[in-house]
Amino acid sequence: MAKYTKGIAGIWLEEAQILKAVRKVRESGYQKFEAISAYPIHGMEEAAGIKRSWIPYVAFVMAVVGLAAGLGLTWWTSAVDWAVNVGGKPFFSLPAFVPIMFELTILLSALSSVGALFYACGIPRLDPPVIDPDLSCHKFAIFIPHNDTGYDEAKIEQMFKELGATEVKKTEY
Amino acid sequence: MMKRNPLVLGNKTLKDVTDDICAPVERFPSKGWVGMFLGAKTLLLFYIGILASVVGVGIGLLGVNSPVFWGTMIVTFVFWIGIGHAGTLISAVLFLFRQKWRTSVARTAEAMTVFAVMTAGLFPLLHTGRPWLDYWLFPYPNQRGPLWVNFRSPLLWDVFAVSTYATVSMVFWYIGLVPDFATIKDRAKNKLRRTVYGALSLGWRGTAKNWSHYEMVYLLLAGLSTPLVLSVHTIVSFDFAVSNLPGWHTTIFPPYFVAGAIFSGFAMVVTLMTLVRIGFPEFKNYVTLDHMEVMNKIIMTTGMLVGYAYASEFFIAWYSGNQYERFVFINRAFGPYGWSYWIMVSCNVIFPQLFWFRRFRRSIPVMFVISLLVNVGMWFERFVITVTSLHRDFLPSSWGMYAWSWFDTGVLVGSFGMFLTLFLLYLRLFPAVSIAEVKPVLHVGYDDKGGHH
Repeated sequence: MAKYTKGIAGIWLEEAQILKAVRKVRESGYQKFEAISAYPIHGMEEAAGIKRSWIPYVAFVMAVVGLAAGLGLTWWTSAVDWAVNVGGKPFFSLPAFVPIMFELTILLSALSSVGALFYACGIPRLDPPVIDPDLSCHKFAIFIPHNDTGYDEAKIEQMFKELGATEVKKTEY
Repeated sequence: MMKRNPLVLGNKTLKDVTDDICAPVERFPSKGWVGMFLGAKTLLLFYIGILASVVGVGIGLLGVNSPVFWGTMIVTFVFWIGIGHAGTLISAVLFLFRQKWRTSVARTAEAMTVFAVMTAGLFPLLHTGRPWLDYWLFPYPNQRGPLWVNFRSPLLWDVFAVSTYATVSMVFWYIGLVPDFATIKDRAKNKLRRTVYGALSLGWRGTAKNWSHYEMVYLLLAGLSTPLVLSVHTIVSFDFAVSNLPGWHTTIFPPYFVAGAIFSGFAMVVTLMTLVRIGFPEFKNYVTLDHMEVMNKIIMTTGMLVGYAYASEFFIAWYSGNQYERFVFINRAFGPYGWSYWIMVSCNVIFPQLFWFRRFRRSIPVMFVISLLVNVGMWFERFVITVTSLHRDFLPSSWGMYAWSWFDTGVLVGSFGMFLTLFLLYLRLFPAVSIAEVKPVLHVGYDDKGGHH
């Protein structure tokens, strides 16, 4: 079981407020905070200072691997390991192998992007702590872990309240 | 600037959206659902019986015989795989084009894709006649040499195309479902539901960093699915077009098949959505008449593309100067199977023309009937292509007819039992509209009240 960190969380009810709060939290120097929402919020990445996802690189590399695997498989089985003359066509009939290469490109790229997503998000995860069950419905939250720079419960609580949080609670995440 | 109609009616809040969409999953099933489910399940049991006989006794129970060796199994395979294409088109292609209206129909359309591909996938496996040897289709090291599969055969390309398509569509669909499963888990009142949906949600928590990766992967999967879906029906058409048979050996086949697939798939989406709107009235605010109208426009457009392909095939058959090619097409329209050709033309080209009128595009009964007719027409299109090209061989001494048996009927009708059983279970167990995708488009059309844009 993964260990969860203790910290403090504030809960908001409006999309506009959470965007403002996230920006403020980041500007206050916190780095390990998490912003939790039920859906992807437009502008959140910029507000929270999240860099562009690295998953496309995985997708590209695995697409190339898939293409090479398709070429290698068709070439080795049809022209090297047991070459069979089919209708007088060349053993290495590249145009006929294109569909196989294409499908393997897509398959490997798609599955590895999903694998990378699982890795990046740390899922599957068994029964993680829930700050508030409504976070997957209509509420928004910011969680600051206790090991973040300049962590001070009283200060954070006051900041959250000033930013319009309806609730502030000590929790683990 | 033109004013946009709201994508979601009723001025919903975020909480309303969650409540509305989760409701069918959380309440006791209605009598209507139970009735339909029992019907579909009975049909599925009948289907299992039919398939067991076909496997146990042999493929000869169907009408396949010299010279028509490709029959109901192949026709119905192409029919179902084509239906699947609209789901991917809505979920992937329209996503890339930033068509926000897709959000409310994408989930159900994708479910339709997954179930249609499952239904379709059985046919080529059973058509081999000895399905217990179907693992021979895959290139695996074996003790016969190893003797490898023939990578130059379109039938093998199809193995790769369909299995890749099935895998990627299922993964795409599941990734879309993960945040919604987490929503249902968080709302769960009882332990069983919490555990099951908790497991399905993989422990998704929806942090900003997670969403950032998630949206990127969603975009990547959409980008990968788009060429994939085009490749699948292209390769299915290669099963025919790469052969040398007049009526099959045509370069127009790939785009013609893809257009037909989208056409029949959208018709199936409209059929299912009209029923979903009746069975689950709360979805009427999410799948609005505007959504249905847009889909009807696509049906009409692709219907005309298909009609153009029919005409072009005929023209090329005449223009080629090849007597066999000419004979096949004249025989198609006026030969012993002429009736099936004219069913195809009237259902696919003539009836959808009603959608020129806005009144009919927005009428639920009209679109329901037309969508059913389109699917009848599209089944017959595959029947016409497969059977009429085969039944008149080059030598008149080898001419014959497809000996349609009641097992053919059983296979065709029973396949709907499998599809509908899966689809009805989906409507009860999974959120049928994407909760996390609808929430960001709630404000569309409500601009004057201070939303962005």
